[in-house]
Amino acid sequence: MTIASLIATPSELTDSRTNKTAIVLMTRIRLARNLAGRSFPGWARPAQRSDILAVCREAVAATAPMKRSLNVAVSELSDLEKQILVERHLISRELSGSPQGSGVVISRDQTVSVMVNEEDHLRIQVLRSGLQLRKTWNAINDLDSALEERLDYAFSPTLGYLTACPTNLGTGLRGSAMMHLPALVIAGQMEKVVRAVNQLGMVVRGLFGEGSDASGSIFQISNQTTLGEAEEAIIKRLSGVLQSIIEHEMNARAKLLEADPGKVFDKVGRAYGILQNSHLLSSGEAMNLLSLIRLGVDLGVFSESHRSVIDRLFIEAQPGHLQHAQKAPCEPGQRDLLRAERLRSEFANLARPDFSAAGEPRN
Amino acid sequence: MTNPLKCDFCPKPATVHLTQIVNNKVHKVDLCEACAQSKGVTDPTEFSSLADLLLKASLNPEQAAAGVRCAACGFTQADFKKHGRFGCPACYEAFKALLEPMLDGMHKGTTHAGKVPKAALSRKTLSDRLTKLEVDLSQAIKAEQYEDAARFRDEINQAKQAGAPKPAE
Ligand SMILES: [Zn+2]
Ligand SMILES: [Zn+2]
Repeated sequence: MTIASLIATPSELTDSRTNKTAIVLMTRIRLARNLAGRSFPGWARPAQRSDILAVCREAVAATAPMKRSLNVAVSELSDLEKQILVERHLISRELSGSPQGSGVVISRDQTVSVMVNEEDHLRIQVLRSGLQLRKTWNAINDLDSALEERLDYAFSPTLGYLTACPTNLGTGLRGSAMMHLPALVIAGQMEKVVRAVNQLGMVVRGLFGEGSDASGSIFQISNQTTLGEAEEAIIKRLSGVLQSIIEHEMNARAKLLEADPGKVFDKVGRAYGILQNSHLLSSGEAMNLLSLIRLGVDLGVFSESHRSVIDRLFIEAQPGHLQHAQKAPCEPGQRDLLRAERLRSEFANLARPDFSAAGEPRN
Repeated sequence: MTNPLKCDFCPKPATVHLTQIVNNKVHKVDLCEACAQSKGVTDPTEFSSLADLLLKASLNPEQAAAGVRCAACGFTQADFKKHGRFGCPACYEAFKALLEPMLDGMHKGTTHAGKVPKAALSRKTLSDRLTKLEVDLSQAIKAEQYEDAARFRDEINQAKQAGAPKPAE
């Protein structure tokens, strides 16, 4: 597969076949792995790095999920291509800025990516839309076992998989969910949630608090620790935390609708109006407006069929995707024009909100 | 409110406060808006470890004084202080004394409880065994103990057969 055909194909996250993606947009698990007897990427000499890259790319490409995958060195990618892969969560920012001797293998369906010579020799990642921790774990566990048939991993019986940074020792596993929590943000409860989640050894990333909501009420929750617990235990613990956050968000939505429906409907209705008519939209504002439309879908104000459009726009309104669609690089100011134009045309055909349809929040 | 906290990385006032509690140990980092952003703390798409940040903030400069060096890759304690990452897998043995107090409180436990790479480990066991048998064989030949040599040769062949890759399905 070539980078051009991969970019031309929508990512797993914009898949309209699954509609179980209310609140949890995406599940992601990664495993950090290294080859025995080789320096870690940050310390390896350039010749060693290219050697490691060749060995890993070949082994990864030979596994079943990676049949006819995209298999490239980072140096073969343009800046724009790298940015698009970052926006699709298929490579990290660190990899996209890395020196010679790093690469990535991405499956045709864009659910699996293996970065080579990022912080570790191998960063295996599987992502799925919606909340699918167990399925994601099974897929990545199988791929890891297949790789291990071909590669000698650095492993210690007491410390587990040996990683460049001791914070990833043991399982090398980081599991995460991208969550949409607009009601908790509107109700001012995010700080409390973050504190509670931190107490349970999980990390929350995202912006919250008054006036700082520039990321569309989207948060990432992931496990902090990797050593001393089996993979299944980490995933079970994370899953429990996610379930309880979902409950809190659902309660906050029910309370908002009961106490002050006008406030919620006003936000959703204004978002619809701005998206249909604005001519300048920053990335942050667009995220916020799309987030409110998504809340409207969850509340039944918009048809369920709008969800896949919104989720696609969350990714396609980002700078790399916008420039790609335009087929030319452009200045940030021009981007805001382009973004507004794109969203106007998408929302021109989107049916008006029906506020009388808002009932019990759907899940 | 008394005096506001200063950012751990620059002189600006801290507005983002990270608290992690692992094994009842509290880790804290206070950041200004700009540093929080540049370190990806507030970016919901950023996937790198926040623990890195907590680790670097808690690294004690005194720990870097001793002059231990990893024989396999040449990495030193000073390098670890600078990068917060090790040089190679063997560094974990070389810097055991530095690592052990650090691990306590970084994770849920200090001993691995998860998956084991069975195939890779059995390959390693096999190759260690073969190396030993080859040495035994050449010593037996040198000492003209041909019966032993024949036995070692048989064992080598058996081990090689057991470790041969299974035919593809
Ligand atoms: Zn600062
Ligand atoms: Zn080393």
